[in-house]
Amino acid sequence: MGKLSAVWRETNHRYRLVAHQCGNCKKMYFPPRDICPDCHRESIGKMKEKQLSGNGRIESFTIVHDAPSAFARQRPYVLALVKLDEGPILTAQIVDSDFSELEAGKKVRAVFRKIREDGKGGIIQYGYKFVLE
Amino acid sequence: MLLSEDVYIIGSGETKFGELWERSLRELAVEAGLRAIESAGIYSKDVQLLYGSNSLGGTINSQNDIGSLIADFSGIASNHIPAIRIEASSASGAAAVREAYLGIKSGEYDCVMVGAVEKMTDLYGTEMLDHMGTLLDREWEAFFGGTPAAMAALSARKYMLDFKVPKEKLLSISVNDHNNASMNPDAQYRNKITMEAAMESTMVAEPLNMMDCSPMSDGAAALVLCSGSFMRKRKLEGVKIMSSAISQDFLALHSRRSIYTMDSTVLAARTAFEKAGLKQKDISFAEIHNSYSIYGMTALEDLGFAEKGRARDVIDAGIGLADPLPINPSGGLKAKGNPIGAVGVGQFVEAVSQISGKAGQRQVKDARIGLLHNVAGTGSTSIVHIVGGA
Ligand SMILES: [Zn+2]
Repeated sequence: MGKLSAVWRETNHRYRLVAHQCGNCKKMYFPPRDICPDCHRESIGKMKEKQLSGNGRIESFTIVHDAPSAFARQRPYVLALVKLDEGPILTAQIVDSDFSELEAGKKVRAVFRKIREDGKGGIIQYGYKFVLE
Repeated sequence: MLLSEDVYIIGSGETKFGELWERSLRELAVEAGLRAIESAGIYSKDVQLLYGSNSLGGTINSQNDIGSLIADFSGIASNHIPAIRIEASSASGAAAVREAYLGIKSGEYDCVMVGAVEKMTDLYGTEMLDHMGTLLDREWEAFFGGTPAAMAALSARKYMLDFKVPKEKLLSISVNDHNNASMNPDAQYRNKITMEAAMESTMVAEPLNMMDCSPMSDGAAALVLCSGSFMRKRKLEGVKIMSSAISQDFLALHSRRSIYTMDSTVLAARTAFEKAGLKQKDISFAEIHNSYSIYGMTALEDLGFAEKGRARDVIDAGIGLADPLPINPSGGLKAKGNPIGAVGVGQFVEAVSQISGKAGQRQVKDARIGLLHNVAGTGSTSIVHIVGGA
């Protein structure tokens, strides 16, 4: 059960792109964090869940050829840093697009997809990926 | 406050780096350790503290408690000295040296040993790549398909775009590494490579190909450090650690201020230079953490040898053994090899060879002061040491 509970723990954030907003300085954090690195103790207990729009722009991207086993069947795949409209940058795949269309600065939006498959008959995990707008 | 002791490296040794299928983790560690003790001209009973350095033993080799393992098989278990492992990902090596340095500085210890080892080739490529994900933020980078090479590639593409740097500039550090490694018997790859061949090697994570990426390596390195008073009393010779500095940053690349400036390196370098009372121009050679070619570029900038985006100027001025700033005389992470928990200690072994004029064919002329730069993962921790100067 250990492994499944590790998956389940982050489900809300991965499924629905829920960020944390600091109640003190209003800065948005994704991945969510319980302490604001700017406000420290002033932020404790004031980090509030906030739904992200899922819209953003490509900050940088790479086409990954040398892939870990959980991604072997997706190879080659696009991994990107996406700067969300609300501010945070996250690491995610970009799918359903021609490699030649990819460019830093282009608009992308989040979609819900299968992320990885851990081993034969292992658990399949879901979460966000992005597509070109 | 009492004046703290100066710290010297009096012994150093390493194994060959490479795919050493016939050698086990413990054999490698013991071999390097014995060489260090022998070169120090002390006895193992003189060692009062041992720091083991290793990053992935728990995951690759199913072996933790590497400190005890090294002490045990070095035959000093019955000396009952403290022997623990220091872990800071691929900066474990320099982290262990720094802890040893602080142990002596504090006045608590006079003679400390650092034993660093990594045994990576017990697993096949893809399996190994799964474990390399542990160097990143597992939940928010590796989970989505991030690998160390992919994260470096994200930095590389943006860097090349923003500063209009052609791929050849990144690869010149790899070409230089192979050139120097051809003269290092401990290096994993002793073949020279041409720019043309480097440009055409297999893609790993675009725009980075195999020649941009350090290999998986087995290897061990060890040092004996002591206080100035211990060294004088025993009539030994050593290379001084002039300064040691460490800084830390967000674990994941996406949380950092910049994706092509390692603030941890900027801060560690600034402190290391300040504490040593030196400037960049005083450095005779530098061993930099080029686990990926882009990190070699950004290191030159973040260490203060060039403005942001201008590492190419340092490369154009020359980074070879006889050039203004010799980079990675050992062959660096790309060609000497990258046994990740040992690589930072290997840099010290090279520095001692260079400063004591024993680097043979790859000797840097007038090598007086070396800068050593060791980084965890994509830059979560950077450690800078400046050594020599006697
Ligand atoms: Zn805040």
